[in-house]
Amino acid sequence: MALLAGVRKGARSVAWFFKGVLGEDAYEKYVAHHEADAACGTRAEHPLMTEREFWRDQTDRQDANPQGRCC
Amino acid sequence: MGAASSTSEGTTHEPTALKRVPHDLAVALNPEELDAHDRQWTPVKIAIWSAISLLGGLSWVMLAVVRGETVNAIWFVFAAICTYLIGYRFYSKFIEKHIVRPDDRRATPAEYKADGKDFAATDRRVLFGHHFAAIAGAGPLVGPVLAAQMGYLPGTIWIIVGVVLAGAVQDYLILHFSMRRGGRSLGQMARDELGVIGGTAALIATLVIMVIIVAILALVVTNALAESPWGVFSVGMTIPIALFMGCYLRFFRPGKITEISIIGFVLLIAAIVGGGMVAGTDWGQTYLLLDKVTIAWGIIIYGFIAAILPVWLLLAPRDYLSTFMKIGTIGMLAVAIVIIRPEISVPAVSEFAVSGTGPVVAGTLFPFLFVTIACGALSGFHALIASGTTPKLIQKERQTRFIGYGGMLMESLVAIMALVAALSIDRGIYFAMNASPALTGGTVQGAVAFVNSLGLTGVNLTPSMLTDMATNVGEESIVSRTGGAPTLAVGLSHIMQQLVGGTSMMSFWYHFAIMFEALFILTAVDAGTRVARFMLQDSLGNFFPKFKNTSWRPGAWAATAIMVAAWGAVLLMGVTDPLGGINTLFPLFGIANQLLAAIALAVCMAIVAKRGLFKYLWVVALPLGFAAVVTISASFLKIFSTTPGIGYFAQNRAFSDALAAGETSFGTAPNVLAMEAVVRNTMVQGVLSIVFVVLAIIVILTAIQATVRAYRNHSSATSEDDAVQSQIYAPAGFIMTPPEKVLQAEWDALPVQKKIKIKGH
Repeated sequence: MALLAGVRKGARSVAWFFKGVLGEDAYEKYVAHHEADAACGTRAEHPLMTEREFWRDQTDRQDANPQGRCC
Repeated sequence: MGAASSTSEGTTHEPTALKRVPHDLAVALNPEELDAHDRQWTPVKIAIWSAISLLGGLSWVMLAVVRGETVNAIWFVFAAICTYLIGYRFYSKFIEKHIVRPDDRRATPAEYKADGKDFAATDRRVLFGHHFAAIAGAGPLVGPVLAAQMGYLPGTIWIIVGVVLAGAVQDYLILHFSMRRGGRSLGQMARDELGVIGGTAALIATLVIMVIIVAILALVVTNALAESPWGVFSVGMTIPIALFMGCYLRFFRPGKITEISIIGFVLLIAAIVGGGMVAGTDWGQTYLLLDKVTIAWGIIIYGFIAAILPVWLLLAPRDYLSTFMKIGTIGMLAVAIVIIRPEISVPAVSEFAVSGTGPVVAGTLFPFLFVTIACGALSGFHALIASGTTPKLIQKERQTRFIGYGGMLMESLVAIMALVAALSIDRGIYFAMNASPALTGGTVQGAVAFVNSLGLTGVNLTPSMLTDMATNVGEESIVSRTGGAPTLAVGLSHIMQQLVGGTSMMSFWYHFAIMFEALFILTAVDAGTRVARFMLQDSLGNFFPKFKNTSWRPGAWAATAIMVAAWGAVLLMGVTDPLGGINTLFPLFGIANQLLAAIALAVCMAIVAKRGLFKYLWVVALPLGFAAVVTISASFLKIFSTTPGIGYFAQNRAFSDALAAGETSFGTAPNVLAMEAVVRNTMVQGVLSIVFVVLAIIVILTAIQATVRAYRNHSSATSEDDAVQSQIYAPAGFIMTPPEKVLQAEWDALPVQKKIKIKGH
């Protein structure tokens, strides 16, 4: 059982790593940031974007600010 | 407070107000405690580091001294990993302590500029993967393959020693300096540190270098896909696959990146398998068997369209696929090399290292080895990445060593594996694949005659070796498939088939490798064109203000067209070059990349000098001096050498004289048109060499001037952002040290509500 739990934990960390590297957790991070702002009473500059809006905004920002890939 | 001793010297914003424990918990470890831990040599630690040193030493002895009939590939891997570990533990720590001087009490841009989007603190292990995926591309896979003609030892030493003393140092310093400046770009830092002249020269150099690098990467793909219906089909299919992925993420399931990447990966494998079937049909032979010029035009048109399409449609999904493939394939190749442990029968140092007459890339070991292998040992292009996205995502200052220095060591390991893969194939086949068509005539007979005429010991190429290999990898021919990518693909398929599938799977592995490289390169071409377009618009904007507005369509399209025309012209020149293409152009790629490294290191030197750290200036001056000597002497040879094989202008003169004398064929050029092409190409290449070297010399001179001025004036002006108190904590390296574990446990025990509150400040 301990082995199974270990395997499950290992698989979870691999999935966590891949998701992080691919940037899938970007929306979660954005929401967390927004909530932290709210918790502190800092007035949020923009209302919270929905998931769909967030991803559109993300690629739009990449359009306006391109980053090179290495050779 | 013990932490006060770690404040950086000479900054005007003396961050003495920073607290190690701003609220309930410490945000930085006590530097004395950290130091004590580093200095405490327990028996276990001593045993581990002795074992690493002994294994590393033994591996180097096996490679450099023993040199039996053959040498096992595992020694390359051990020599590399043990040297990296020692370099990381001791040299990068030394640099950290004396030059970088990180201060975890100080907030990083990801904390003080946090917006949840561009500036967002990212877990160090994830960011390491992210940074590695951004810096590692086709470069470390191609350069070592071409340099293998000089034997295995020179390339191996340069890749491993070069990365520890030069490449990783550059990446680490640029990453840290950019982070201290809110994520400023290399170009902005050059202007801040070197003034208007140095800064402008650096900016122009970056733009020209970008064009050359994109052109030569495109040349590598063109050479890999020419006369290969299978390759054209499978690589071509990546476009509809990426479009599908883009639409899926945009309209159907936004944000489900892993899910669509797995779907994309399955489709990619299907495209590779399908390519084999299509290539066998008449239809495939008629429509997909394309020559180099057609493919080059295809890539030019593709490059233009891809660069003006919105990012979400093509670039972003292609990026996901490429990251997925990159990490997966590199991991797979590492496992395969460790399990298969191929024997390598290439000599340690070949005759071409001294004679400089190698058919793959012309020139002697010094300086041409050091420009042929750029990525993997020292790559200036990384300075653009390390001053781009990564510094905006770092959680804590002390993590830059792991991400910057460590990330580059990882890329170096990729270069070593590419070298091993290229070395593991038969040497006769290696030369038949990498000699230009001008030498082999492009035929099996011609290649056999040419390779055997080289008189290499132990090389006895037969026509059946070439035709068998071509059949195994599913290609019409493997003669003169220059550029490095096909050779690496043959090497990779040779190793992988021993692990999975046997000879019948070789054609799959070959095309898998081609696909893998083409994917990186096409992404780099697209992204490079975009970045170059923005740089051009920014410069044009100084004269025609309307160009500054990057969302103005006509301006964007015109600037894109100019950039595509620039690299497209170089690409077409390489493709139609009667002298071969890769062998004349690849040195320009390496020189360009190393000159960018010299520019980046020059900026680092000026910064280190302005911080008053003259005692340790050699850490930057050493790699800068080496890069400067190598690239400037290589450029001078390319400009002034009287040997036509090496000097662009010597070649130019030889062909002009022949034309003037009324000759109708000369050297490898069969007719007057080809001779005129050589005259034109060598002139362009020569002029480009002059432009590069002049710009680099200006930048280096302004950096020396800034350094001397800082020494005389004891100036303490800094271009760093003001220090801001950090409120968060995270460990520095991949594995937590015992003191880090204790503090992390305290943070983990903190109630969630409180954590959010701290973050939100």
